[in-house]
Formats: sequence, structure tokens, C-alpha cells
Amino acid sequence: MTRAFSTDMSAPMRRAVALVLIVGMGVSVLLAAGVSMYASDEPDGLERVASDTGIVETEQDSATADSPFADYGVSGLQDQQWTVGLAGVVGVLVTCGIAFLLFRALARGSGEPDQADGNPDG
Amino acid sequence: MHVPDGFIDAPVSLAAGVVAAAGVGVCLRGARRSLDEATAPLAGLVAVFVFAAQMINFPVGAGTSGHLMGAALAAILIGPYAGVLAITVVLLVQALLFADGGLTAIGLNVVNLAIIPVLLAWVVFRLWTRVLGQGRPSIAGAAWFAGMLSVLGAAAGFAVEFALGGTAPVDPTTVATAMLGVHTVLGAIEGVVTALVVLAVVGVRPDLVAGLRRSGSGTAPALPERVEA
Repeated sequence: MTRAFSTDMSAPMRRAVALVLIVGMGVSVLLAAGVSMYASDEPDGLERVASDTGIVETEQDSATADSPFADYGVSGLQDQQWTVGLAGVVGVLVTCGIAFLLFRALARGSGEPDQADGNPDG
Repeated sequence: MHVPDGFIDAPVSLAAGVVAAAGVGVCLRGARRSLDEATAPLAGLVAVFVFAAQMINFPVGAGTSGHLMGAALAAILIGPYAGVLAITVVLLVQALLFADGGLTAIGLNVVNLAIIPVLLAWVVFRLWTRVLGQGRPSIAGAAWFAGMLSVLGAAAGFAVEFALGGTAPVDPTTVATAMLGVHTVLGAIEGVVTALVVLAVVGVRPDLVAGLRRSGSGTAPALPERVEA
């Protein structure tokens, strides 16, 4: 991650960015790995409206429904709490990898952002 | 609010896909101009934080839950171009890895959850802080209102798509009313979280916040020059 910083960034700015990054990443990992096991299982706004109105009957399974991480779980891992947390860590790592590569490529004005954007699981 | 496969017919899904691709294309070009060494890692962090926060569904009563959408937060912190891209990365990871949001609905979801709310939030936040200033109460109010409107905009986006291409025989007005009703509550909460996170970053370093930069559209932030100014 330190390679994202150039040498011409001022020291106070570098410290501020580092602080925000460290705190932000820490909070994100805590949320995805830990707090997620206490998340509500109740339907969200759209799901609630869909089930109240009957739209839900037109729902089809996603083509990725067989993904080993489908519905924020790890297939084969039964423990309801650990499976969500582990899926959360995987999601954070994958999102982190794609997003940092994409934005670094864009900031340098080089690279192939379209490719990085289109292959999130690659 | 991720649309699954099947809710919206193929033509409207396809049209949304075209709009989404065009929007993401514009944002790739815009972000190339606006991102620099300081803001690029922050944009990455925003994507990670939004992914993590979206896993945390909190109950809002009446057997319904909500989670942070994050579009307003992304817009305010890293600007509209990088904001749309950050949310789009999250949506792609969710659809491909976690089967959250349909693959044929990816265009609908990018339009509803990235393009519409990021643009709305950006315009609202910029206008508000231009008129009422950049004091903390003004920033808090602007962030809250941007968060609120971003969620309502996303809900309205789905309502319009359902009216145009909903596959279920349900009155579109009923759907629109229900969507906006539920999401008024969720939007109010979104606004509070958005304001708290924006204030936290402002406390560390206001010049990291794209929405507060004088340059306007989030381009040419000229960060190093403003250090210790």
C-alpha cells in the first residue's frame, strides 16, 4: 500500500492519508469479519416491498448462485457466525485488491482500468 | 436494494446496462483526471468500507432491515467520478462472488445504486455547502441531506424501472409508493451515518474531502499546495 504514495506528497499529508487508511481499513475489517455476524436477517427495503406486493415471485436465481460464497457464506462451513465473517474477509480482500489496483492505475493515467474493472474475481 | 434477476424485463435491463456502461466510461475518464497520489488510496478505501458496511443490516422495525448504501459518502469523500467507480466495484464483487444482485440486473444496480445516488449526493452537497458555507453544522446538514436524497433517488430509480419493465403484474404506483415510504426511513439513517463519517474525515484533514474542495467538479484538487496553508 505504501507504494501508492509518491515522494512529492508532503509529510503531513502522507501521515493524514496513512491515518485515514489504517483506521478505515481497521473499521472495515471489523465490520465485515466481526459485526456482520450480528447483522439482521430481516428483508431489506426492496425485499420487503417485493414480498408485500408479490414482485418476489418473479425473482430468479443468479447465475452465480452456486458460488462458494453465495449469500455471504462459505459453502461447507456450517457455523452460521464464522461463515459470514469469513465471507466478509474474502469480500474485503477482493474489493481491496480490485479497487486499489484500479484507482492506482487511474491516478497514474496508465494501465488498463477497463480490464481491472471487469475482472473482479480474476 | 440490489435488484435480483427476473424483476425487470430484458429490454429495460439491457437499456440500463447501456446507460451504466456509458456512465462508468465517463467516470473512468473523469477519475483519471481527478485522482492523484493522495486521493487514489482513499478511493480504494471507500470501496472497501462500503462493501463492509453493506454487510451490516440493522433492523428498522416492521420486519424490515437496512444497510448503508454508501453512495453519498463516496461522492462527498472522493468525488462523483471515483465515487461511481468505487460503488461499481462493490456491486461487481457482490454480484459475481456473493450472488447479491442479479447478473442480468447489473446495469440496473449500477444505475440505481451508483450513478443516480452519487450524482444526486454530489450536486446536493456542493450546492448546500456553497450556499451555507463549510462550517461543521453546514457540512453535517449537507451530508445528511445528500445521504437522504441518495437513497430516495435509488428507490425512485427502481420504481421507474419497474414501471417501464416490471415482470410482475403489480401496479407501478403501489410499488413506487411503497419503495419511497420504506426508503424515507432508510434514507434518514443513511444521512446520519454519512454525516458522522464525513465529519470524522473532516476532523483529520478537510482537504482530503473532495466535496469541500474549491476546484468544483472534483478535478484538479491540487492537494500538495494546500498543505498547511
